[in-house]
Amino acid sequence: MIFSFDLLINAIVSGVLIGGFYAAVTCGVSLSFGILDIVNIAHPAFIILGSYVAYIANASLGLDPIVTAIIVLPAFYALGAGIYQIYYLSFEKRGQESLRGLAFFFGLLFITEVSLVLYFGVDYRDVNAIYIGPTWHFASIDVPLRIFVPCLVSLVLIACLQFILTRTFIGRAIMAVAQDQLALRLMAVDPVRIKRVAFGISIATASLAGAFLIIIQPVEPSVGRDYIGRIFAICVLGGMGSLPGTVVAAMLIGVVESLTSTFYGPSWAPAVSFGFLLLTLAVRPAGLMGR
Amino acid sequence: MRTAPFFLICLVVGGLLFAAALALGNDYYFFAGYVVLQYVVLSTAWNILGGYCGYVNFGTAGFFALGAYSTVAIYKLIEGNELPHVVPIPLLMLVGGVVSGVVGLGMGYLTLRLRGAFFSIATLALAVVLETLVVNWDYVGGSRGAFIIRPETVAPIGSYVRYLFLMMLILAVVGLTVARLIERSRLGYGFATIRDDELAAEASGVPTLRLKLIATTISGALMGMAGAPFPYYIGYLQPDSTFGLDYAVNSIAMPLIGGTTSWVGPLIGAVLLGSLQQIITVTISSAVNLLIVGCLLVAFVIVAPNGIIGVVHKYVLHKGDDFVGRRHVGLQSPGAAPEVDSAPEAPS
Repeated sequence: MIFSFDLLINAIVSGVLIGGFYAAVTCGVSLSFGILDIVNIAHPAFIILGSYVAYIANASLGLDPIVTAIIVLPAFYALGAGIYQIYYLSFEKRGQESLRGLAFFFGLLFITEVSLVLYFGVDYRDVNAIYIGPTWHFASIDVPLRIFVPCLVSLVLIACLQFILTRTFIGRAIMAVAQDQLALRLMAVDPVRIKRVAFGISIATASLAGAFLIIIQPVEPSVGRDYIGRIFAICVLGGMGSLPGTVVAAMLIGVVESLTSTFYGPSWAPAVSFGFLLLTLAVRPAGLMGR
Repeated sequence: MRTAPFFLICLVVGGLLFAAALALGNDYYFFAGYVVLQYVVLSTAWNILGGYCGYVNFGTAGFFALGAYSTVAIYKLIEGNELPHVVPIPLLMLVGGVVSGVVGLGMGYLTLRLRGAFFSIATLALAVVLETLVVNWDYVGGSRGAFIIRPETVAPIGSYVRYLFLMMLILAVVGLTVARLIERSRLGYGFATIRDDELAAEASGVPTLRLKLIATTISGALMGMAGAPFPYYIGYLQPDSTFGLDYAVNSIAMPLIGGTTSWVGPLIGAVLLGSLQQIITVTISSAVNLLIVGCLLVAFVIVAPNGIIGVVHKYVLHKGDDFVGRRHVGLQSPGAAPEVDSAPEAPS
């Protein structure tokens, strides 16, 4: 492998851009796992579901994937709220969330994935949009628009989430529910309702993340599995529930993955995020910006 | 019942099973039965850590594949040096078991200081790291996969698949005996304290870290042993399918559906679900069979949290409401539940 400066710069730029997309993929888990302590291991499956919704709208109506994702946000929110209600009634209320709750989400992951396989088959699907294809060139740096646009929208999404969490009543209640449920009750706020809202929001982000995913790469149902480890690695590295931490960690992992696949070959790239995850868990479980 | 009589009874039952399969005279039963038995071993192994200690391991496929790939490595070694010998399966199982056991111990050291969910995610991560290593290791075939030529026959038994079936049967008997032995020993009570309330156990002087390391090692070793004969069974080993999440979901679903608190649960779950899957794969399709496993898993954890054993105890034997409560206090930590249960509903 010949080392070249152009290659290095390009790898870093594309890593940062991909990292922006990873941040969108992870912010849902930062909410559910980081703040609510709900180990939603099925999150990637919902992202793939979002990709397929974008694909259907794009193939049949010619709608832009990101516009579609914004239109179906309420549907994903309702899905998330519904799943939380089942989760609360069957596990949290009985105090069995640890072992059986995990198995529940693991089962959901499989049901979603296999249903998609049965309905759409295992062919790769992709979408059409004007920003897929062209690439901007700055000197020797290439910026493909199909990655740049998702990255940009993703950062806007995270900024919105951060605004909701820190500036609105419901957002502050979500942060509070993570700290002390009883105190929230004493303030006459129903923690279950707050958690339902928060979980709904976390699944709603999967709709956008799914649209980004299918813009960046063709999608088939089991692609989501590659993201399980990445998502949790970023979430833990970012410090569990800190959105700015999530963005930093996502870009860090994006850059390291991109460097690995440029200089060592793409087959090593999956190990990077998992290696990071194992290291973080072993050395600094609080993450980069831990609470 | 003492362990020795139990082991003998299991062996006799296993012998009858083998005789019945022989009497049917169709090698298909051995092919299908092998898979079911493999799941008996995997789910029993998973249950030692997951059911007894309450630590959910998503990395079953990783340990299983480690066993399988140690066999491939040995096979390549023999092939490369043109040694004429065929290595006996028990020896391969032993090697696979040692390799997986050591990795299990290492994983325990890395991750068991983490509670609950972090541990589960780390095991998932471990499986992917192992897969990446195997994909990039050309000696065992890399991403292309490896071919294993299995001998046609074995002297006294007949076709090779019968021999594999017999070996897996013996491993299943050993696995069940080990699980039952643990359950009734000091070790098992230690595991149960970890599952119920790790902090309280630690405070009462239970060496939780050491116990958990023992559990990961035994559990990992059994999974590796189950994987060791697999290359000879399948003939062509490929990382994608060997590390597939199917093993993970099955080895979790089977104990949870059967019941996690005793050795019978994984056995019931594996036999029921394993046979069902074989039937569905033949009659409908293999994608549907995963869908059904997923649905059953979700349905059982919601409706019957203690699995089939729990249902039998509650409705058939009328032994009271909470089967798990018979041997220990309950699954929830004392402080956590009342906060949600007994406090008055806030106006919304």
